[in-house]
This record gives sequence, C-alpha cells and structure tokens, in this order.
Amino acid sequence: MKHLEFDVVVVGGGHAGTEAALAAARMGVRVALVTLRKTDIGVMSCNPAIGGLGKGHLVREIDALDGVMGLAGDAAGIQFRLLNRRKGPAVQGPRAQADRKRYAAAVQEAASNVPLLTILEGEVSDLSLSGGKVTGVILADGAELVAPKVILTTGTFLRGIIHIGDVSRSGGRIGDQASVKLAARIEDLGFTFGRLKTGTPPRLDGRTIDWDRVGRQPGDEEPTMLSFLSKAPKAPQISCGLTETNEKTHEIIARNLSRSAMYGGMIDGVGPRYCPSIEDKIVRFAEKTSHAIFLEPEGVDDHIVYPNGISTSLPADVQEEYVRSIQGLEKAQITQPGYAIEYDYVDPRNLTLTLESKDVPGLFLAGQINGTTGYEEAAAQGMVAGLNAARQITLGDPVVFSRSDSYIGVMIDDLVTRGVTEPYRMFTSRAEFRLSLRADNADQRLTPLGVAIGCVSEKRRRLFENKMDQLESARKRLNSITYTPQALNSAGISVGEDGKRRSAYQLLSFPKIGFADLVALDPTLEDVAPAVREQISTDALYSNYVGRQMKDVEALKRDEAHEIPLNFDYGVLEGLSNELVGKLSQSRPQTLAHAARIEGMTPAALTLILARLRQNTRRRSA
Amino acid sequence: MDTIFSLASARGKAGVSVVRISGPDAFSVAQDLCGSLPAPRFASLRNLCDENGDLLDQALVLVFEDGHSFTGEPTVELHLHGSTATVSAVLAFLGRQKRTRQSEPGEFTRRAMENGRLDLAQVEGLADLIDAETEMQRKQAVRVLSGALGELAKAWRHDLVRGAALLEATIDFADEDVPVDVLPDVQECLTRAKIGMMRELSGAAAAERIRDGFEVAIVGPPNAGKSTLLNALAGRDAAITSEIAGTTRDVIEVRMDIKGFPVTFLDTAGLRETEDFVESLGVEKAIERAKMADIRVFLLGDGSTYNRELFQNDDILMTAKGDLDPAAKNPISGKTGLGVSSLIDRIVSVLEQRTAVSATATRERHRVAMAQAISAIEAAEAQMDQGAEFTELAAEEIRSAVRSLESLVGFVDVEHLLDEIFSSFCIGK
Repeated sequence: MKHLEFDVVVVGGGHAGTEAALAAARMGVRVALVTLRKTDIGVMSCNPAIGGLGKGHLVREIDALDGVMGLAGDAAGIQFRLLNRRKGPAVQGPRAQADRKRYAAAVQEAASNVPLLTILEGEVSDLSLSGGKVTGVILADGAELVAPKVILTTGTFLRGIIHIGDVSRSGGRIGDQASVKLAARIEDLGFTFGRLKTGTPPRLDGRTIDWDRVGRQPGDEEPTMLSFLSKAPKAPQISCGLTETNEKTHEIIARNLSRSAMYGGMIDGVGPRYCPSIEDKIVRFAEKTSHAIFLEPEGVDDHIVYPNGISTSLPADVQEEYVRSIQGLEKAQITQPGYAIEYDYVDPRNLTLTLESKDVPGLFLAGQINGTTGYEEAAAQGMVAGLNAARQITLGDPVVFSRSDSYIGVMIDDLVTRGVTEPYRMFTSRAEFRLSLRADNADQRLTPLGVAIGCVSEKRRRLFENKMDQLESARKRLNSITYTPQALNSAGISVGEDGKRRSAYQLLSFPKIGFADLVALDPTLEDVAPAVREQISTDALYSNYVGRQMKDVEALKRDEAHEIPLNFDYGVLEGLSNELVGKLSQSRPQTLAHAARIEGMTPAALTLILARLRQNTRRRSA
Repeated sequence: MDTIFSLASARGKAGVSVVRISGPDAFSVAQDLCGSLPAPRFASLRNLCDENGDLLDQALVLVFEDGHSFTGEPTVELHLHGSTATVSAVLAFLGRQKRTRQSEPGEFTRRAMENGRLDLAQVEGLADLIDAETEMQRKQAVRVLSGALGELAKAWRHDLVRGAALLEATIDFADEDVPVDVLPDVQECLTRAKIGMMRELSGAAAAERIRDGFEVAIVGPPNAGKSTLLNALAGRDAAITSEIAGTTRDVIEVRMDIKGFPVTFLDTAGLRETEDFVESLGVEKAIERAKMADIRVFLLGDGSTYNRELFQNDDILMTAKGDLDPAAKNPISGKTGLGVSSLIDRIVSVLEQRTAVSATATRERHRVAMAQAISAIEAAEAQMDQGAEFTELAAEEIRSAVRSLESLVGFVDVEHLLDEIFSSFCIGK
C-alpha cells in the first residue's frame, strides 16, 4: 500500500485549499494537496468574478500576504470595476469579472511551480488519528498520506444534495460526488453540524442572446487592479450586459412555485438572505415588478453567460420559460439549468482563531465547510489555516488576526465566536474599524506581518518597502511644511484665525482639500508620485476618525489579552445564568474580547469571568 | 448556581414578613418546609414545619416558576406572620439546609439583571423605588422600573439602526437593487431619535431633582426671621434662632416632603457687609449655596432691598415679620405662621411647572449618554450634507450615537443592522 509523508496535507483544491497549500509551502514546509482532479484547481463554481465590497478587501489582504487570488484575478480579469467609486475610499472595493479558463490556468500555474507542494489526485475517504490527534488521511484506493497537520477544505461536498425542481440527487457540485463517508467521520469526532443551501442561476449560451436589446455595463476606464503587484489587465476587456425581469417573468415563476425545490419543501437548509433565489425575491418583494439581471460573460473565448440575479431551484422547463420572457433573452438557450444545493457545514465555533479544531489537535478546517460563502472568504480562511499549520511544524507562535487589523480578523472572529445561521459573507459593515481597514492599505496592515513570519516573497518585500519609504518621505515633507492662518485664508483656504500654524498634512485631512490644492500652495510638491499622493490623501482624510477609534482598538486589545483557557469551567461561576453558561461552554471563547461578543453577554457576566481568570493567575503564581 | 434566601421585607415587628427563596433548589427546600407547594402563582395557606415536624408558622405561600419570577429563577415566597421570633425560626431552618445560603445584599436584583429580567436602568429604578421617600419619587421610580427609559432608548436605537441600515445598504449593496436616494429616510430616522432624546434631556434635570431632592434657599438680611421661618416649616427647632443678628453662620439644611416633592430648605447666613471674619465666611457660603438652589425665597426687611444678583426667575419675594405690618405685600411670619401655607403653595406650583416635562432619565449617566448621542447625530447630519462621498463617515457617527445609547440598554450588533437591511430590501443579484 502507498505510504507518503508530508508536514501538511490539504484536502480539497478549491479556493481555500489552494491558498492553504500555497501559504504552507511558502512557509517552507512539505505540503500535499489532494483533489479529485488536478484540473479542478482554480475552478470558479459560482459566478465568474473576484472581489467586490468587503470581498475586495479580503482579496487585497490575501495578496498582502502573497496569496494567489489577487494575481490570478488580475491575470484573468476581463472587466475591472472599483465599486463605490463615488463614496469614500474606505468602502471602495475592487472587483474583477474573470475569464474562467484563464483564472484556473493562472492558479494551476502558480501551484505547479512550487517545489515543496505535491498535488495528488484522489478522494480522501477518512482521517487517520492516533491518541486523539490527527496523523494523516486515507484515500479511497487505500493509500495513506502521513502528516501531523491536515487541513480540510471540502466546501459543499459534505453530504451535498443537488436539487433541480423536484429532481434531487447526491452531489457536491454539478458533475461531482458528495463526500458522505468523510462527513460521518467528522461527525464521529464530535463536531457539530448545520445544514445550509445555496443556489445558482441557469447558464446561458451567449450566442443566443440579443445583445442589442440589453443594456451595457462597461468596466472602469482606469482599471483598479486586485493585486498590489499588478499594473494593468492582461486579458482583453469586455462589457457586461444588463436586463431585468418583468411581470410576465414573475407570473411564470409564481405559477410554478410549488415545483421549486425550495418552495416545494424539498430543502431544509438555510439560504443566504443576501443572495436570494428569484423565487424568493418574487415572494418576499411581491410589490416589485422587476429585478435587475447582470449578464456576465464567463470568458473572452467562452460563449457561456452567467445571468447574475436569477438563481433558482425550479425545474428545467420552467427555467427555460421564464428566461425567455426576459428582454434580450427571448431566444436564449440554457446550457446548464440552475440548481440549488444543500450541504452540511461544521459549526465554526468548534474551531480556534487559527481555524484548528478545539478538540482534535492538528486538524484545520477552512472555507465553505465552515459555513461561509464566496471565493474570497474561502481563500482567506485557507490562508489562515495554511499559515498556522505550517507555523506549528516550525514551532512558531500562532498567526492570529484581529478585528482591529484586518477583514480576515473580523471574519475569523465572527465565525469562531458567533457561529453562522446563514452562509457567511463579508460586508464592510461587519468591520467596526473599517475606516482604517481599507483595501488601499491592506499591504501596510499585513505585509510587515507576512515578512516577519516569512510568507512573503523577496520581490514583494522590496516593492513594499520601497513604497513605504516613498510614503514616509512624502509624509515627512507634508508635516514639515506649515502655514499661518493668514497665509491660508489669503490663498482661499478658509481656516480660523487662531494663530496656529497648520501643516500641509493637516490641511489634507480637511474634507474639501485635495493634493492638488497643496501643490498650488507649494509647487515643489509637484514631484510626489500620483500613487503616493492618493495614498497619503486617503490616510489624511481618515486620520481624525482613526485617532478617535484608537480608544476602542485599545479596549479591544486589552480584552484580547485576557486569554481564557479552552477548558475553563463556566459552570462553577457564581451568578452566571444557565443560558450564558450553555452558550459560553459551547463557544469556548479564547479571550475575553470574544466572550464579550457572544449573544446575550452582559457586562456583569464578563466581570465574573475576568475575576475568575485573575483568581486563577494568582493561584498559579502563588 | 446556589439557591439563596433572605427576608425580603423590613426587619422587625410587622403585620406580615416576606421571606424569599430563589434558585434551582428553591422548590425542594420550600417543599421540605411546607409539605406541599401550591400551583405556580396561586397563593395558598400552608403549615411550615421544621425537620422534627414542629410547627413554625402558618403562612401564605407563593410559587413562581423558572423564567416567571422576579429573579428569573424558580422562586418561593413565604408570607409569614411578622413576629421577629417566627421570622428567625424560618430563616434558621433555611440556613440549616445545605442547598441554600443567605443572599448577599442586592443579590436577588443582580440575578434578575443577569437573567435578563431587568435592564440596568430598571435596576436603578428599583433601587430608587425602595429608597423613595415621597410620592413624586415613587411615581418616577415606578416609571423607570417599568422600563420606560429602556423602552424609549430602544425606540431611539431602532430609529438609529434603521437609519444606519439604510446608509449601509447603499454602501454594501451599491451594485445591487437598492433604492438610490435613501437620505430623506435616514434624515427622518435621525431627526426622530434626536428630537426624542432632546425632549427627554430637557426633562432630565427635573427628573434627577425628583430623585435627589429640590433645594429652596431662604435668603435675606440678618434677623429677618429666616431661621424662625425654617422652624415653622419644619415644625421643629432645626436651626438655632435668637434675636441677635448674624446667629446663623453656617448653612443649615432641613429635608422635607412638600406635597410629594422632596425639598431641602437651606437656612443661610444673613446677607450683610460684616467685619466679623467668621461671619463673612458664612455670608460667602450662603451666597454660593443660594445661587445653586432651585428656588430662593427672599425675606425682605423693612425698607431693605433684596440682592438682585441672586434673583432668578420663579424666585419668591416675601415681607419678613409680616405679622408686624398689616399693610405688607406677601407677608410672612414664622412666629405666627402667617403666609407659611401660601409660601408652600407657591413653591409647589413652581416645582410642578418644572417637573411637568419630567423624564425617566434620572441619573447623570443617562444624561451624558443622551447628550453624546445627540452630538454624534448632529455630526452624522453634517457629514450627510457633504454628499455621498462621506457616507461612511456619517455611518461612523451613527454607530457612535448607537454606542452611546448602548450604555442605557445593552448592545447593538451588526446582525441587527443586517436583519434590518434584509427585511427591507430585495438584495441579491
């Protein structure tokens, strides 16, 4: 029987799996990635786009740590749009429409050139365990891979069921089998499960769409790239189409609701509220007479079109009928009917902040298996698991992300303390410190960490340090140039006559003052590079708010410093309600900050926990 | 969790004394004492016997189930005959049981709060109710206890969360099917919350006064009869009175219940120029205290004028020693009682006016929280006026307003925001 040894085995070749395997390999450990087919690596199983609001922030953070998603998205991008361009920079998110084939090719290429990474084809059917710890995985053909760290990124494959109308069958993704045996094993290990569902729209043959009868949505004239390393798009650029449903479409759907898997009662899982099926939209928002549909081409030389906005679990014949009721789609051919999929997820409260199991040392879970949705959310988790699995091999400290330093930190924190009730998707409104956690400064926030732990290439490090030097010298210059109120007022910048000199940097924090105004005041600033100007203006714009939030950040850090042992006994705390004891014991928060975010938590209860923690420390030091 | 017990009513001889037992073992302990327990929330008579079967008392017994009691835990109330000996015997029995212990001060209330039966403001209201001395205080405490402030804060927070959700929807779902111009709706939500808080804030000062008491300073020249008047008001010799001018060198306070209002009368040193160092200190102190008081009653001597700098709206002017001058305007005399009841009526009418807008925010903490929230809302409005590119800053200000309200009623959570968004809009391409 085959028997191979590695440091880390990654199960699954999706977005979480590839980032996990690549991150661990960058950290210098031997990694195996096991996937059903090598060609599945880098496949986009849902809509062909990377980034967006909140998601674009995650991509930039992954990129800041030298992950592959941003670069692959840029290589495959056929339309780039910076969302929220008319709002403040903190809530702008880069997004790229990606050519499916190019994206997968870019990821596969990145994964094939890594000496420490071995890619194996096969189905993982079981985990090997010894003394409560994971020791490797067993493949369906009986081969064993030995490794002290295993990262499961099995997505929706755990007991997946696919529904197209009243027809349903077992499967992880269209064309793939579900992992039933592995799910049973994970359940045996004591993990708690939940069930979720998600849906996809029917795919259309773009050659059968009447493009003259639909609207056009072009990309930005000056594309904003996903990666800090990219300069310009590589693929030809295209526009997306825009059309909408109408009353006839709604009538067809309403008439067939009983045949929908979701409305026919065939599915028990909970679906995301922000990505409702077209059935859902029509039932819940009956007063609306039309819903927008974005026609997203899946590639430059691919005729398949992804109609974003009409995911469904209606039978194929109904899908055809309602699609053809839509302007421009009257003759559209469906190449693949839309389907709903329901699947098991593992309650992420079983995990620590490094995404390692609280109960089975060495076993990490990342991606959709943890109840999230989206490529970016999955990839970011893969990165966290991969870095930490490798870190354990090299005996380094855990790499923990905080709500105050990254969207990655916000997401991991939400998942492991709150769990999920619907597929978890990133939003900027989830990040309370979003004014400082911006897509534009993801490198400033995370690349130094990446350099410190050794997951960042020499090339990125040099580029980053160069950028920081430029920023620093520009900031110094702006701080050293100061003006009297009189000088400013006579230059048309109105400030109070308080006798205080203001620096050029301070002026930049005024809402109506841009870098061009500074150049008008002092022409020597002309030589500051455009990218530096933009970055420094953004930093200045938020500087007052970021300063104000420092107090909250410090309070959070203080609470995060109070670690709670995983075996902490809440039952013995005098005065804690049974309900809270139950919730705390289930969630096992790792720090006081995490305990504070458990639903129903009271200040009084936190005080009790803190008091006991202090008592324990005293006892230990006595 | 321990089961706790204590005497819930005042110590000492009384018609009825109430002993309360709360916690997981409350029923079983009470059963040992009563033989059998009545159905929940039905009062029933039981013979209470100790371990030896000796009768301790015949008592009215009330049972409250888990989640349906003051503490939120299983609770039993024993309404005993209020003799000291009976109460001690029952408490001693409970103390001997291994499953129970005497409660610590405030522990029942703490459990009520921790079990979510009361919010922080309600706990404060309860404390005030127990401490209430006057009718106005009692009414107000009952209002706070009923969660009135919590209800108000919840409504404001609801408006703020709604406003924030509308703004967040334009940020996080910019690319989707959300209404574009939400600003008028946001503005409406913010204004409603702001006006509510401002109204409450204007009444907050009066409410705090009801809780802590009003101050009425009696001022006037030496020997105008201020101390005599105070004695007449108090009905007892609280301040030293003598015929030598300048006797009262310190400020003397007498707290009393004036038709339901808690009022502290201040008897101040007579206001006059003096070379006596000790007396001049007294005069200075008198002026200072009189300025801070809610109402000043000026006693005017013959031909003397009052200190105009001290006079504020609603202050009361009376002619001192009115019994000596039948032609005096607003005569008053502590000696004969002339004019005392009309003075009381005038004080009450001023206080009634001031407390007409009385609010449920009774503490400084409440006031600070509301003031902060209001200024954050104003900052948010200013950001919104600057245009869409400042939406995230407006949202940040609203977040900070909501955080200020949190100190009145628990937490806001991004999930609440998303709930609001998802229940209102059709989101999802």
